[in-house]
Amino acid sequence: MIMMMILSRYFNSRTARRFVSTCSGHGWWDKVRVAPKDPTVKVNESFLADPFPHKINLGVGTYRDDDGKPFTPQCVGDAEAKINRYKLEETNSSEVSSKFVMESVKLAYGNDSFVVREGLYAGVPTLSGTGACRLFAEFQRNFYPDSQIHLPDPTWPNHHNIWSQAQIPVKTFHYYDPYTKGLDFDALISDVKNAPDSSFFLLHPCAHNPTGIDPTEEQWREISYQFKVKNHFPFFDMAYQGFSSGDLDKDAAALRIFVEDGHLVGLAQSFAKNMGLFGHKVGCLSVLTRDIKQAAAVKSQLEHIFHSMYSSPPIHGILLVTMILSDPTMKEQWKKEIKIMANRIRAMRTTLRRNLEDLDSSFSWEHITNQVGMFCFSGLTPDQVKYLEKQFHIYMSPDARISMAGVTPSNVNYLANAIHQVTRISEETSVCM
Amino acid sequence: MASSSVLSVATQCVSRNASSLSINETHKGKAKLGGSTLRFSKSSGRISMTVAVNVSRFEAIPMAPPDPILGVSEAFRADTSDAKLNLGVGAYRTEELQPYVLNVVKKAENLMLERGDNKEYLPIEGLAAFNKATAELLLGADNPAIKEQRVATVQGLSGTGSLRLGAALIERYFPGAKVLISAPTWGNHKNIFNDARVPWSEYRYYDPRTVGLDFEGMIEDIKAAPEGTFVLLHGCAHNPTGIDPTPEQWEKIADVIQQKNHIPFFDVAYQGFASGSLDEDAASVRLFVACGMEVLVAQSYSKNLGLYAERIGAMNVISSSSESATRVKSQLKRLARPMYSNPPVHGAKIVANVVGTPALFDEWKAEMEMMAGRIKNVRQKLYDSISSKDKSGKDWSFILKQIGMFSYTGLNKNQSDNMTNKWHVYMTKDGRISLAGLSLAKCEYLADAIIDSFHNVS
Repeated sequence: MIMMMILSRYFNSRTARRFVSTCSGHGWWDKVRVAPKDPTVKVNESFLADPFPHKINLGVGTYRDDDGKPFTPQCVGDAEAKINRYKLEETNSSEVSSKFVMESVKLAYGNDSFVVREGLYAGVPTLSGTGACRLFAEFQRNFYPDSQIHLPDPTWPNHHNIWSQAQIPVKTFHYYDPYTKGLDFDALISDVKNAPDSSFFLLHPCAHNPTGIDPTEEQWREISYQFKVKNHFPFFDMAYQGFSSGDLDKDAAALRIFVEDGHLVGLAQSFAKNMGLFGHKVGCLSVLTRDIKQAAAVKSQLEHIFHSMYSSPPIHGILLVTMILSDPTMKEQWKKEIKIMANRIRAMRTTLRRNLEDLDSSFSWEHITNQVGMFCFSGLTPDQVKYLEKQFHIYMSPDARISMAGVTPSNVNYLANAIHQVTRISEETSVCM
Repeated sequence: MASSSVLSVATQCVSRNASSLSINETHKGKAKLGGSTLRFSKSSGRISMTVAVNVSRFEAIPMAPPDPILGVSEAFRADTSDAKLNLGVGAYRTEELQPYVLNVVKKAENLMLERGDNKEYLPIEGLAAFNKATAELLLGADNPAIKEQRVATVQGLSGTGSLRLGAALIERYFPGAKVLISAPTWGNHKNIFNDARVPWSEYRYYDPRTVGLDFEGMIEDIKAAPEGTFVLLHGCAHNPTGIDPTPEQWEKIADVIQQKNHIPFFDVAYQGFASGSLDEDAASVRLFVACGMEVLVAQSYSKNLGLYAERIGAMNVISSSSESATRVKSQLKRLARPMYSNPPVHGAKIVANVVGTPALFDEWKAEMEMMAGRIKNVRQKLYDSISSKDKSGKDWSFILKQIGMFSYTGLNKNQSDNMTNKWHVYMTKDGRISLAGLSLAKCEYLADAIIDSFHNVS
């Protein structure tokens, strides 16, 4: 009270009077609590804060080279130099976007795909994979307000946030079998059969995140068949095309099986990982339709949704991807670089497993090489994960997902040793008990 | 429906034939049935059915309404007349009516290319250097709010994306709160709040009788709104009217908002473009902050740095304490993560480089003055042309009083149509012209068109 009187005496402007009158006013944001930290971000921050010289970051799924450095493919560097020489006028933005979408769907569905040739799809550029998923979730809510989304258990945690934020209830279906550290196929099929007809399902077509466990071709065909019987809607989130096998077409096989079987799928594509364009937020959402008239209608609705979210997508990444995919030389180079990246990860898998076996670990580590893509679902317990962090300065997701991209020839021995230590200790502890 | 009958036939086929085919047999064939195609193929002992789907579940989806502003550009492109003039979308054009990439942007991009920056994900809140630069640009580096760390800044996808983050924050923490928007306002404001499920209503703003501000109406409507309403204000260069409150009027607006315990929500899309001075154009925002109010501000660098397609902007929440700002920032991040995870890097780096490099910053200010100056010249020339040609005695001075890229001509829909149909001048139906698309050379022609439309069409 006294403080306010002093202040008001010092300032004679109207501004001051107002300031005083607000001092006692309430803070609008008092009710706003601190948000929980995103788990991946938390891991990353802890890693960055750690001063230990031999620390290892196996948290976020961004590709690293053999020296543990971020890696920008050569084709991307070349494309950067090229587009810098001319910068696009806004009037051509929509032309570039159309070209981008065309190249993206060719990549996913196949150059000679019927749906691509006939234009039986609604496609728009999106803010990477997240943006594509969110756009579809909003679209789903607009036209199927009472629907739910069935997500694999486990899945990328942000899938849950995305559909929840779009106000679509989330259900999960069986996927990971912790006993075999493989796919729980029977339970998966059972869940597909038991879901109400015409349910929306999200599937990872390759390099499942976080488990690295993909169905076989046979299993995919069975899933597709069951989806047909139940008239389910398959939504694919393809964030790692090229990272499973090193071959872009092979990695799209599951998607193409469904399309061949006549499903009118939805697809989220991301170029964050396979082109190293993380920060540029380049992705594509496509929804297959019966005819081009419907494709135009669906596209217009998707545009309407993102128009009120961010008006239009950022052009830089779109330019890069379009240039790389539409230039045969660049595209070839990119395919080579993907193979290199995928092979490096596979080599690290092999080395890690061999090291553990050489240490005479009594556990089976074959899941390390059975799983594909960037991630390894190690099967470590939460306590073991904590121990690895505290004692060995090795950081991974709380669910014990290891980003193999963070494993290098120079740290793989240290990693193997550390994993061996924590699992041996746990075993000994449990034996004593 | 056709597809379900096809499917049931297919299932029957499977159960009938499954036992009669052995593992090693392959059977492929096609049968046409009711407009769709059944294909049988087998792999490893089971028959898999492929059925071309007749009915899509998105059957009932209608075409969305076309965006009115983009529609103008399309119609312009289709027009073959030599005299055509595009005064539709608000993108800056040179005197030669070409798009303009700022020199500082080219320099910044060259720097970035030389450095070979990596392309890692930005943090959810965006590039730190950008966030710092943008808050300081908005409020002034020595603003107490910044010094006291009371500003939560999160990089957003230009103005739209930043507004949407703000709207999402309102929806989550102020359920039921309304946003008051000006009549008229930028068309996308309504879409943004609708899709974010935030209710809105309008306050009077444009007075067609004076082609100026309905100040009394504006104050009345703000006063009448329930306490705790969010009031959306254009920081400068109001879109679409070009009509800004005077400094005195801003003070009164701030008073009323404070008395009613409303929350001001600024949309700052033209900082630098109104007067040519970045600081002057931020005066309204700085006034409100100096009053001690908690303020939301969405910023865009689409126009003032010409970064339209890069999508770079920011959502700022200035609150009463640094602790509060920390909490708010964490929630903004939480809203951004399921929208796009983290924002795009390229535009952020350009802005950070331009603002953070003194030589580039000075050069930018000069280019900003040049762009705003060109528009001011064009306004003057248009006014001079109309005044000298129009003998009716009508007062056209509102053209000079308005500010920024746009001008509300006062033409109604029919008159605007006449502008397009007779004169090949493309503009929006509300009578808005974008002066950024007007050259000095075309002012006489435009003057003729406006005079004709105003006097000869009702």
